[in-house]
Amino acid sequence: MMKNLEFKGYRRPDGKCGVRNHVLVLPTSVCSSDVAKMIASQVPEAVYVANQSGCAQVGRDLEYTLNTIVGYACNPNVYGTVLVSLGCETCQLDLVAELIEKRTCKPLVKLDIQTEGGSIKTVEKGIRAAAELAAEAGVLERELVPITELMVATECGGSDPTSGLAANPTVGMMADLVVAAGGTAVLSETPEFIGAEHILARRGVTKAVSDRIFEIVYRYENDLGVFGENVRDGNPSPGNKAGGLTTLEEKSLGCIHKSGHSLIQAVYDYAEPITERGMVIMDSPGYDSASIAGMAAGGAQICVFTTGRGTPLGHPLIPVIKLTGNKITYHNMEDNMDYDASPAIYGEKTLEQQGGELLDLVLECASGKKPKAEALGFTETSIAKICNYT
Amino acid sequence: MNDALKIEKIDNVAVVIRPITKGETVICRDHEGETITVCAVSDIPIYHKIALQDIAQGAKIVKYGEHIGEASQAIRTGEHVHTHNVAGVREDLREAQ
Repeated sequence: MMKNLEFKGYRRPDGKCGVRNHVLVLPTSVCSSDVAKMIASQVPEAVYVANQSGCAQVGRDLEYTLNTIVGYACNPNVYGTVLVSLGCETCQLDLVAELIEKRTCKPLVKLDIQTEGGSIKTVEKGIRAAAELAAEAGVLERELVPITELMVATECGGSDPTSGLAANPTVGMMADLVVAAGGTAVLSETPEFIGAEHILARRGVTKAVSDRIFEIVYRYENDLGVFGENVRDGNPSPGNKAGGLTTLEEKSLGCIHKSGHSLIQAVYDYAEPITERGMVIMDSPGYDSASIAGMAAGGAQICVFTTGRGTPLGHPLIPVIKLTGNKITYHNMEDNMDYDASPAIYGEKTLEQQGGELLDLVLECASGKKPKAEALGFTETSIAKICNYT
Repeated sequence: MNDALKIEKIDNVAVVIRPITKGETVICRDHEGETITVCAVSDIPIYHKIALQDIAQGAKIVKYGEHIGEASQAIRTGEHVHTHNVAGVREDLREAQ
């Protein structure tokens, strides 16, 4: 166990600390995505994030996309951003830039394909801007930062019964340690509270927080109900069931273990900036790629991801650490796994021990060690939606 | 050596931690080290559930000390408990807070 709970991070001009030092090329809509991708492909240090949305959206659906892209630029792992828009989309360049600039003074270059005069001219300007940012970012050095500056996203995907027996409780122990030391941990995936929401609600620091937990669960079920859909038709997944999870309630009771035992300080909407320290909840779908995206947009610098069946999924901006409580999965998919949590099932280690080991790994990865998803280049991501495009 | 884990005292199912063959004796251990032994009346894949007692049709399946569903048909002690004999049921849990 590391004596001092600290990591080596990059201090930003807005005071936050990143665990990576990305130059972000960020499309405001799907229409500018290819151009953003082309720019990033020519600058080795630049990172592109996929955006399938950004136009023909209304209401809460639009908010989700706007908050995610703004949140990405504000994420502490980002040194600076080249923002690329088409020009006519709903997520207007100036709107997005204004929202970013309200929250951070980090470098921001704005490009609009229609104003620049087409894709080639925009790509040229974008490469120049990204390369300049990369050169500046290269000067920055890591410094020692206390764990109070760290926000750990927690996630589960491809769950099976070992998730609830070992992997998620290990994450919960780790989360308890982070929170006790003044850091922040985030629980999300709202459909996977169904059947366990009362247990989470008991831990709300105030009645208002407890009420919000029920509210986001019922809202989720209602949103699907409007379309005549039932969450159970998609959750648990075929793989969850093959692994032994029978009902959504059983899955949820296993999932919530990721949150440990601390009081829950706040409940955030999808991709909202997370400002409280301690254990918090973010409303998100169970869909892994969108759930991680929401928490990264909220400010999480790193993610701990439990899996029973195994998944290589990562994220373009934040390192994703994989652990499993399934000994067969760990050995079968060792190329994509970072930590074996199965010993706790067989009495070889305690959950407390594993929680401590996992925290050590989190701090190591925060300080630069690349978990497998990052080392292998897994960057696919998505943004949550609540209804169809208009 | 235990073959299955029982999570809470009031649970009526345990999770097997190795593949179980019909007819085998299954030793289920809880957090305090207490054990209950049942005879498997069906094959049970690793990490799936085994019934620790008879469960009547319509009765609740209890795991983690909570309801995870209802028996959609009568379940015998030692039987594999899964989608073929369990239905998910949405309960209003606000009072349980």
